[in-house]
Amino acid sequence: MTHRYLKNVVSLELDKDKCTGCGKCTEVCPHNVFIIENGLAEIIDRDRCMECGACANNCPFEAVTVEPGVGCAAAIIKGWLTGSEPSCDCSGGDSSSCC
Amino acid sequence: MQINSTTTQLRFNDIIGSWKARWGINRMNYKVDPGVYSVGAPDKESPVLVTANYKLTFDSLRKELKGLDVWILVIDTKGINVWCAAGKGTFDTEEIVGRIGKMGLAEIVSHRIIVLPQLGAPGVSAHELTKRTGFRVIYGPVRAKDIKEFLRAGMKATTEMREVRFGFVDRLVLTPMELVGSIKTSVAIFAVMFLLNLIAAKPFGVVDLYAFVGTVIAGSVITPILLPWIPGRAFAWKGWLMGMIWVVTVIILNGWPISATFGTIRGIGYLLALPAVSAFIAMNFTGSSTYTSPTGVLKEMKFALPLMVISAGAGIIALLISLFI
Ligand code: SF4
Ligand code: SF4
Repeated sequence: MTHRYLKNVVSLELDKDKCTGCGKCTEVCPHNVFIIENGLAEIIDRDRCMECGACANNCPFEAVTVEPGVGCAAAIIKGWLTGSEPSCDCSGGDSSSCC
Repeated sequence: MQINSTTTQLRFNDIIGSWKARWGINRMNYKVDPGVYSVGAPDKESPVLVTANYKLTFDSLRKELKGLDVWILVIDTKGINVWCAAGKGTFDTEEIVGRIGKMGLAEIVSHRIIVLPQLGAPGVSAHELTKRTGFRVIYGPVRAKDIKEFLRAGMKATTEMREVRFGFVDRLVLTPMELVGSIKTSVAIFAVMFLLNLIAAKPFGVVDLYAFVGTVIAGSVITPILLPWIPGRAFAWKGWLMGMIWVVTVIILNGWPISATFGTIRGIGYLLALPAVSAFIAMNFTGSSTYTSPTGVLKEMKFALPLMVISAGAGIIALLISLFI
């Protein structure tokens, strides 16, 4: 089952003029947000994006931008209280679980 | 340069250790030493798999490597798993570049490819790493159990292997931590209830106790388990709905509104206060889920938090009134 979070909120942007179709973004995205079509990257489902930042960091041509962060309410509250950037106080066991 | 060897067999201690970590016992102190480890009898041509020095991560990788001859490069992520370390910046380009140099990886293998866990990608810039070390980066599959297949296919992962899922079992194993997380707050609330009971005209009873415990379970266990099947997208909403269903059930089972074992005001108090509690607990599950975006969580919180505070506040006032009339 594919989970989808809130509609149309994420900060993900793709600049097709810079894209070379190298495919690195499809290799790193954990939610299959990209496909390569006609030699260029294409965003197929924005609402699946969790803003992890993997695509932006690994695109060799800086064609993808996203404002990365932790999608974690507790971390955001802590950030508010301490006046710092939200960061997760992680608990995850195996590699598939998060903060 | 020193190479340690490791096995693909987990021992009893490893299994107990992972169980303790799940329940939050001594979780932060579960590390392996960074360095190069050999599995089987690897040579200069064998693949190099990079991982974090959180013991559970290391264990879940090595137990999938039966019959293979590979190198594992364990980097120092301060004992945090790959995904979180990538988010925190301890699984990053800098650390891997440094570790490759320190361990003399270029002497250990003759090829120039390293396999990084895909979940480490948010912390790493593959092209920068290649520029600095000469090693080309291939991202491996999300799940360690697919590693064998990935290697057999010539280091190619299928779309399936690249996708983070958040299935029933994934969510189920997280619930102990969620429950433990809410126990502290619950104990504090019980203490307050107990103190109030000493001075109340109509003290809290067994019904109140299980109404509250059920609410905590609705938020920390039921909502995570039923997540994709509960209508709506926002976590707070899902948790609120589960809490509401529970409270309504409790109230009806106790004969409300006709012949309530507790009064109308207390019933209203519960309808206002308890779903707000389960909503808050469920909202915190965004941190454990694998698909919520920070922008989305922020949007949800800005909307839901004020409502929770108002609702819980009004509910508590109603409950206090019900104690003394
Ligand atoms: S990584 Fe960048 S250049 Fe490569 S396909 Fe994706 S967007 Fe295009
Ligand atoms: S930020 Fe992460 S989830 Fe979103 S598109 Fe990029 S890689 Fe995929």
